[in-house]
Amino acid sequence: MKELVVISGKGGTGKTSLAGALATLAGSVVLADCDVDASDLPIILQPQIRQCHDFVQGHYALINNATCVGCGACQGVCRFDAIAASTAKNSIYHPFAVDPLVCEGCGACLQICPLDAISLQPRHAGQWFISDTPIGPLVHARLNPGGQNSGKLVSLVRQHANKIAKERCLDLVLIDGSPGIGCPVIASVARADGVLIVTEPTPSGLHDMMRVIELTRHFRLPTMLCVNRWDINSQQTEAIEVSARNSGVKLAGRVRVDGVFNAAQRQRRTVAQIAVGPVMEDIRQLWSNVSTRLFGAATAPAYDTPPRSAS
Amino acid sequence: MKIAIASGKGGAGKTTVATSMASISHQRGFSTAFLDCDVEEPNGHLYLHPVFDHREPVLVPVPVVDEAACRAAGTCGQCGKVCQFSAIICILDSVRVNAELCHGCGACLLACPAQAIKEKPHPVGMVESGLAGGIQFVHGLLDIGQAMATPVIRAVKRSMPSADVVVLDAPPGTTCPTVETLRDADKVLLVAEATPFGFHDFTLAAQMVQSLKRPLWAMLNRVDGPVDDILAWCGQQRIPVLTQVADRRDVAEACSRGQMPLDCVPQFRTQMMELFAKLVSGEAK
Repeated sequence: MKELVVISGKGGTGKTSLAGALATLAGSVVLADCDVDASDLPIILQPQIRQCHDFVQGHYALINNATCVGCGACQGVCRFDAIAASTAKNSIYHPFAVDPLVCEGCGACLQICPLDAISLQPRHAGQWFISDTPIGPLVHARLNPGGQNSGKLVSLVRQHANKIAKERCLDLVLIDGSPGIGCPVIASVARADGVLIVTEPTPSGLHDMMRVIELTRHFRLPTMLCVNRWDINSQQTEAIEVSARNSGVKLAGRVRVDGVFNAAQRQRRTVAQIAVGPVMEDIRQLWSNVSTRLFGAATAPAYDTPPRSAS
Repeated sequence: MKIAIASGKGGAGKTTVATSMASISHQRGFSTAFLDCDVEEPNGHLYLHPVFDHREPVLVPVPVVDEAACRAAGTCGQCGKVCQFSAIICILDSVRVNAELCHGCGACLLACPAQAIKEKPHPVGMVESGLAGGIQFVHGLLDIGQAMATPVIRAVKRSMPSADVVVLDAPPGTTCPTVETLRDADKVLLVAEATPFGFHDFTLAAQMVQSLKRPLWAMLNRVDGPVDDILAWCGQQRIPVLTQVADRRDVAEACSRGQMPLDCVPQFRTQMMELFAKLVSGEAK
């Protein structure tokens, strides 16, 4: 069983569409949607939810107004500006309030409060689900808007996807990651068998790819690249591929611009379920390179030559 | 006036809109600042081309334990008990700090009865600032391998220059980095990509902005079909939709060349000028 993570650095390069397409071609697969604050795989996979669990993680501080005398010591020690003097009309009874969206639940205010008027409350931060889809099992989550601890939720989703793959003897755990390089991304790539970076031929795509490559090198992860919408700017695509290759990244494919990406979203299908013609060939070629890299093959294709730039 | 541009979904067009707003604001004669708060993947500089003249590391205070003082007081283990992030572990008579997990909250200092804990600055990123044309430009860069973006975002906002119009380019998503960016903005403009993914993520972002009680507007980007569902939802939520930008290959190609579509697609420019006028004048819900 292998774990493949699809990430991008920059958002909106086609991670989720391509993750859905590759999963369709893979067949024996568990999907893990680790973009827990903007989870979009369920939109195209139409999951039947089999299990739903609450995600309770971390804390937020709560001031007991009956005990609080309004000394303001808590506000003085809070390094996250989460405690503010109340502006409510009856503020004599509620002198200070904690903004739970900003509070990191560190408990420094508890340490300083002379009257023990502050307590830490467990934070209900979202839900996670195990579902069935036409392509395979899907583990996904919904972090409450403004939620925290996305890294912990990502780890939980990944862990359960792996468990299902082992129990049902499935070959692949395909993880749809989130944009960026911070805690949810680190939680989704750590110790994976392979990372597929999906980028686009723009200066932002190049810049963000280089930062995410630095991240995968930092964690020593085998990394591959796909340039999506490559024919928007073929020179930029070549520049991106050269930079990636010079950083030790294997080129796995190019996918052209095609209306089928938006059409698939509207029809609630994966791109590979409805695409025909050259764009489907691009995706097949991508999966063939990625799967060979991941699982090995008797006849290893030449990864390091850029895929056909036919047009 | 602090205008934050955010989206929910990545790649919806935040940076394109934010750099356009800053550019138009400057051309209209307002003193203008641009703050790139997407410190994981900042892109504003690729289009506004600032000349940086100031660089400063972002430091998070992490605890350092004076082991002799700690042992002399009997190694009570209180610091490890209060740390909510498992960044301090007490085993027998030794205390270990894991700086990667530390949020720099200072709870351990307050808890230590022997005052055996001091703090030392731990670098997590960099803030760079300078001028881009006449725009005062600031962005943050999270160090690779660091998990927490919020301290870098706070540092970017601390370096905010005073200006008539401050444009904040927010990170995608709905979690702590986005909350930190938007929490004190005067106005929030959400860029909704007109696709099912974009619509879904936009609704989550809108809920987040509403719970922050920030004045909220929306615009639709990359429109290439009917958008009745998004408009109906915005109507129900009383979110004014300021403009709808069509999905155009010439805009995408301009971006791919590193040009601002504002400078090479006249229709796009007209729409952005109207959008800016509405943003600085109108009232949001």
